Amino acid sequence: MTSTHVPTVRILVTIWAVLVVLTWTTVTVSHIELGPWNVVVALVIAVIKASCVGWIFMGVRFTSPLTKLFVVAGLVWLTIMILITTSDYATRRWDYHAQPWANTKDNGPATAP
Amino acid sequence: MADALTTTTAHTDLEVAAATNLRHHFATPQQQFDSAMLGMWTFLITEVLFFGGMFTSYVVYRSIYPEAFASTSQYMNVALGGTNTAVLICSSLSMAMAVRSAQLSKYRAVVISLILTMIFGTTFLVIKYFEYHDKWVEGLVPGLKFDVAHYHAPQWAHQAQILFFLYFAMTGMHALHMIVGLGLLTYLLVMAVRRRFNSAYYTPVEMIGLYWHFVDIVWIFLFPLLYLIGDRG
Repeated sequence: MTSTHVPTVRILVTIWAVLVVLTWTTVTVSHIELGPWNVVVALVIAVIKASCVGWIFMGVRFTSPLTKLFVVAGLVWLTIMILITTSDYATRRWDYHAQPWANTKDNGPATAP
Repeated sequence: MADALTTTTAHTDLEVAAATNLRHHFATPQQQFDSAMLGMWTFLITEVLFFGGMFTSYVVYRSIYPEAFASTSQYMNVALGGTNTAVLICSSLSMAMAVRSAQLSKYRAVVISLILTMIFGTTFLVIKYFEYHDKWVEGLVPGLKFDVAHYHAPQWAHQAQILFFLYFAMTGMHALHMIVGLGLLTYLLVMAVRRRFNSAYYTPVEMIGLYWHFVDIVWIFLFPLLYLIGDRG
């Protein structure tokens, strides 16, 4: 299978070192109070680490275009799941029952007396 | 293909097929390898969405009860979680080295790399056991043993259990994948000792390697979400 890429030891160890440094970085940054930015920094570092593992260790970089398409499609579906679910929770009126115009005793379909 | 086989004594089509484990429904070893690759990635995508469901519920509940989720941070052992992250990264490196060694027909190096990977994987599970043990002693296991009275933030004791439930569901499912991975590595090790993998045929090493790296990626996201963000004081 000559068309398969054999990674060099150098690149593998480099990726390993990057992952270790990023782990140290994310732990260190988490001790600094950045408000909402703590979450952003933690997730950005996690995405970079995951990309390093996927791109080199898992060899997505060296796979066929069809495999790449499958990987991207999987990530797109993951994004759809998270985005649409959170957008629903973010925009729905969860305080409906507390509204003065809402019948708080019975929110079900109207029934005959 | 060709240069790999010059190291073997394969000359006829049948000998080529035997050296590359070529099944009769594939035209070439390359086609067989590409099919395995695509199939493995398809499986991994279903795994991404499986874990993604739990990550989604984590995002939803964290956004509904941010203070309650933040209050759980002080019960998470960052030192152990961080150590486990490093251990998994090392196991990913040794796994990648195993695949590389198999590609180059370095029989001894494959065996050594696989053993290292299994040692790292086992280390992870042992550390995880001690973390679970601490949670049990501290009464932080929802449903079985959650000590509401002694929770440091009593007003969040109930909602915080949602996070601990997600903690056990996500890390537990991750640990289960690690155990399955160790089983697969045992199979690889036996085959590697028998010198079944070489430059002409190393598909199982590559596929189980993909699985192992995927499990590593899940932990790369679990670690910051469960251990790092929130109220660290």
